[in-house]
Amino acid sequence: MAEVEETLKRIQSQKGVQGIIVVNAEGIPIKTTLDNSTTVQYAALIHQLVLKARSTVRDMDPQNDLTFLRLRSKKNEIMVAPDKEYFLIVIQNPTD
Amino acid sequence: MEIVYVYTKKRSEFGRQCNFSDRPAELHVDILPDPSQMDNYIERNPCDNPTQCAQEMSEHEVNTERFQTETRGINHVEGGWPKDVNPQEMEQTIRYRKKVEKDENYINTVLQLGSLMEHCIKQNNAIDIYQQYFEEEEVSESAEEQPSAKTINVFRDPNEIKRTATGLSWHPDGAKKLAVAYSSLEFQRATKDMSFDSYIWDIENPDKPEMTLKPVSPLVCLEYNPKDSHVLIGGCYNGQIAYWDTRKGSQPVEMSTIEHSHRDPVYKVIWLQSKTGTDYFSASTDGNVLWWDIRKMSEPTERLILDPSKKGNLDNALGAISLEFETTMPTKFMVGTEQGQVVSCNRKAKTPAEKIVCTYSGHHGPIYALQRNPFFPKNFLTVADWTARIWSEEIKESSIMWTKYHMTYLTDGCWSPVRPAVFFTTRMDGTLDVWDLLFKQNDPTLSLKVCDESLYSLRLQDNGRFLACGSQLGTTTLLEISPGLCTLQRNEKALATAMFERETKREKILEARHREMRLKERSRSEQGKEEEMKDMDMEESSEDLVAQAEKEFFEVVEFELKKREREEEKSQNKADKEKEISEEKEAQD
Repeated sequence: MAEVEETLKRIQSQKGVQGIIVVNAEGIPIKTTLDNSTTVQYAALIHQLVLKARSTVRDMDPQNDLTFLRLRSKKNEIMVAPDKEYFLIVIQNPTD
Repeated sequence: MEIVYVYTKKRSEFGRQCNFSDRPAELHVDILPDPSQMDNYIERNPCDNPTQCAQEMSEHEVNTERFQTETRGINHVEGGWPKDVNPQEMEQTIRYRKKVEKDENYINTVLQLGSLMEHCIKQNNAIDIYQQYFEEEEVSESAEEQPSAKTINVFRDPNEIKRTATGLSWHPDGAKKLAVAYSSLEFQRATKDMSFDSYIWDIENPDKPEMTLKPVSPLVCLEYNPKDSHVLIGGCYNGQIAYWDTRKGSQPVEMSTIEHSHRDPVYKVIWLQSKTGTDYFSASTDGNVLWWDIRKMSEPTERLILDPSKKGNLDNALGAISLEFETTMPTKFMVGTEQGQVVSCNRKAKTPAEKIVCTYSGHHGPIYALQRNPFFPKNFLTVADWTARIWSEEIKESSIMWTKYHMTYLTDGCWSPVRPAVFFTTRMDGTLDVWDLLFKQNDPTLSLKVCDESLYSLRLQDNGRFLACGSQLGTTTLLEISPGLCTLQRNEKALATAMFERETKREKILEARHREMRLKERSRSEQGKEEEMKDMDMEESSEDLVAQAEKEFFEVVEFELKKREREEEKSQNKADKEKEISEEKEAQD
C-alpha cells in the first residue's frame, strides 16, 4: 500500500508530469491526480484506445502483446502502461 | 403448301358415345422430292460447323429488397461500475475504490507498471525524440532532367472515314474536356459519306466522345466561351458560324444566316472581352473579318475587309487564316493572311481605312498560327511555311528571331502559357517541336514524333502541362510535358526580356541602316534621272563598272608585285650589309 503511494509520488515528481490515472479493466478510474471530469474522460477514451491497440497487435500476431502505448500530441504526451487488469496512464509535457 | 386434314362429324352424331377402333396407318400426303427446287440453293462444300463442348451456364440477376443498415456508436462515459455501486453516489464509489486499492493484485501491478512508466518518462526528459534536424536547409531543387513529353491518351475519330482534327479547344474550367473540330480541308476531298460531326471528349475516357456536336457543315474551328463553359462557337466549312449550348444538346442553338456569313470556310473564331461575354469575331479566306454577337446571329455587328490598299475593295482583299486577340489589349487585334502577311488592326478606328494599322511581311506562305507572347505582348509568334518567326511590334520590316528552314511545312504553333521563352510547333511529318529559346535557339529543345501522318492543330492547357495535338486522320493525342518545361525557372522572365530587347535592338539598327542605304540609293538615282538617256547610262555604267573593276584589280596586283620586289631588294641589302659587318668583324679579329 505504502509502496504504491511512493511509486505514484515518485512518478508525479518527475519533470513535466501533469497527471496520473490508474484505471481498471472495466474503465473505472481507481486512483487519479486530476480532477474528476478530466479523469472520467481520459479513463473512458484511453480505455477504448488501449483495447483497440491491443487487439490490433494480437490480430497481427497472436503471440504478440501490447506492452506500452505512447500518444504524442502537440501539447503533451499520453503514456499508457497496460496490464491484464489495470492500466497506468500518465500525461506528460515533454521538455523541448 | 398447306397440308390440311379435315375431320368431319355429322351434327346428328354430336354427343354420342365415343367408340374406339383400331385402324392401320393411312398415308394422307406424300410429298415427293422436287429436283427443280435445287436451283434455289447452292451447295456449300466444305461446310464449317463449329461446336463447343463446354458447360452451359446462364446468368440471372435478382434485385432483392434493400436492407438498410446504420452504424451507430455509443459513448460510454462512465466506466462499468458493478451493479451494486451507484456511480453518482460519492460514498459508494469511494468505498469501492478503497476496496480495490487493498487488492494484492492491484499493488503488484501498479508497482510493476510504475517502473516501466518511469523509464519512459525519463526517456522523454532525456532527449526529444521528434526533433527536426536540418530544418533551415531548403529542399534542393530537382536535378536537371531531360525534357520529355509523354503520351497520356489518344482520341481517335470514331467515324470510318477519317477527317482532320482542325480545331481544338480546352474547356475553360479545369480543362477536363476537350472540344475537337473535324473537317476535311483538302480541296473537294470531302466525300458524301463523311460525317459532319465534331466531338467533345472527356480526357479520361478515350473510347467514346462525351458529346457530339452536329453542325450543318463540318466545323473548321471551335472555341469554348471562356466566361461560360457551356457555350461553344464553331466556324463551318461553308462559311456559317454556329453556336452550341452543351446543356441544350447536339444541335446548334443558332446559326448565322448564310447571306451575311463568310463565303469561304471560317478558319478562326475568337471570343472577345466584353461585358456581356457574348461577342466574338471570325475570319475567313474571303477577306472578311466579321464581328458578331451571339444573341443576334442574323447579321454581323461589324465588318472589316482586309484590303491592304485600305479602299475596302473585296477583290484586293487578303484572305485571313488566323486571328489573334489578347484580352489585355482589347482594341488591337492581328490577322494572319494567306499571302504571308500579318495585318495589325485597330478595332476602335473610325473609318475602315484607319482600321488597318500596319502589315508585317516576311513569310512565304499562309500564316497558320499567330499568337502574342502571354508575358511579352509586344512580341508575337507566327508559324507559316517552313519556319516559325518571332516578331516585335515595333519592327515592321522583318522578324526579330526565326527558326531555320525545316524539311516539312509547319502547321501550327503556340506559346507556353507558363514559360515566356518556350513555344511549341507542329509539322507536317507528324513531329511536335518544343523550343526553349533560353536553352537553345537553333534547334528545338525537344522533338517528338507524335504520329505518322501530319499534325494539324495544337493547343496547350492553361497550366502549361498538358497539350493536345490533332492529326490528319482525326487522331488527337494528349501529351504531358516534363515539369522542367512547364515550371517557371528562376531568372527566366528577366533573361527572356533581355533576349527580346537585344534582338529588337539588333533589328532596329539593321532597319536604320537599310533606311540610310535606301536614301542614298534614292539620291543617287535621282541624280542619274536628271541626266538624259537614263537607260543607256544604266547599261554603260554597268560596263564601266566592269572595266573599272578590272582596272582596279590589275592595279592592285601590280602594286603587290612591286611591293614584293622592293621587299626582296631590301632583304637582299640587309643580307649584304650583314655579311659586310661580319667580314669586318672577322677582319678585326
